[in-house]
Amino acid sequence: MYAALWRALPGPTAMKVLEAALLLLAVVWVLFEWVFPWAEQSLPFLDVTVDDGQ
Amino acid sequence: MAPLSPVRRTLSVVGEVLITLGVVLALFVAYQLVWTNVRADRETEVARAEVEESWIRPPRSASAQAPAAEAPTVQPGVGFALMYIPRLRESVWATPVVHGVTSADLTRGLGHYPTTALPGEPGNFAVAGHRATNGEPLRDVQRLQPGDLVVVETADQWFTYRLDRDRIVLPSDVWVLDPVPGDPTATPTQALITLTTCHPRWESAQRWVWWGTLVEVTGKDGPPPAAVAT
Repeated sequence: MYAALWRALPGPTAMKVLEAALLLLAVVWVLFEWVFPWAEQSLPFLDVTVDDGQ
Repeated sequence: MAPLSPVRRTLSVVGEVLITLGVVLALFVAYQLVWTNVRADRETEVARAEVEESWIRPPRSASAQAPAAEAPTVQPGVGFALMYIPRLRESVWATPVVHGVTSADLTRGLGHYPTTALPGEPGNFAVAGHRATNGEPLRDVQRLQPGDLVVVETADQWFTYRLDRDRIVLPSDVWVLDPVPGDPTATPTQALITLTTCHPRWESAQRWVWWGTLVEVTGKDGPPPAAVAT
């Protein structure tokens, strides 16, 4: 999977390293901005209020 | 390089997927334990600055009558007070109190249950705060003791409450917010404060509730209460 991705990246090795790093950063950014905040909703840490269970 | 057999190729993909999931889970832990606090601390700073800025008002014209005890004006999602708890000085000190208890509100400091009284009013000034992640101002709630002071600073006044009892309740126990907790029909004569947070810290099956009573009100034209004087 990652080997195929590496082969698909264009340019010489130095270029590929840079591209891979950028891809990784983009993935981490998407996780932190959207995926993790969404997943957090189903964990109990945010429940600090008393409510009617609504 | 000799081509891999289909079985080994499949296994290698499965292995990479599993390693990836492991890394994503580790990142999620880092997000929860570190990043949510970094983000919340930043938002709390902004909220504190907004509160302090909102207190700076043009001087009243001479003709306008200055009310003796002016209730703070509140709008949803906007901070209107700062809270100080000497016992929890590392986590609750000039912490903004935002009007509302949504997730967004609670990331900016402490949240005021919008249907409850304002500081100093007869009834119950009820406030919620995170205990784990997202700023976690009440992370050390277990250190509170009866007799501890909670000071609330508004535009014009300092309100000092003394905590007197706590209780662990169910999330559905909304009576804890009543003007007279436990007596829904009573008319409040005292000004109370209620703090709620999750319990146990990392599970939240219950809520930890602290109640206190207003013991002192001082104007901001005088010195701050001893509890917050550094």
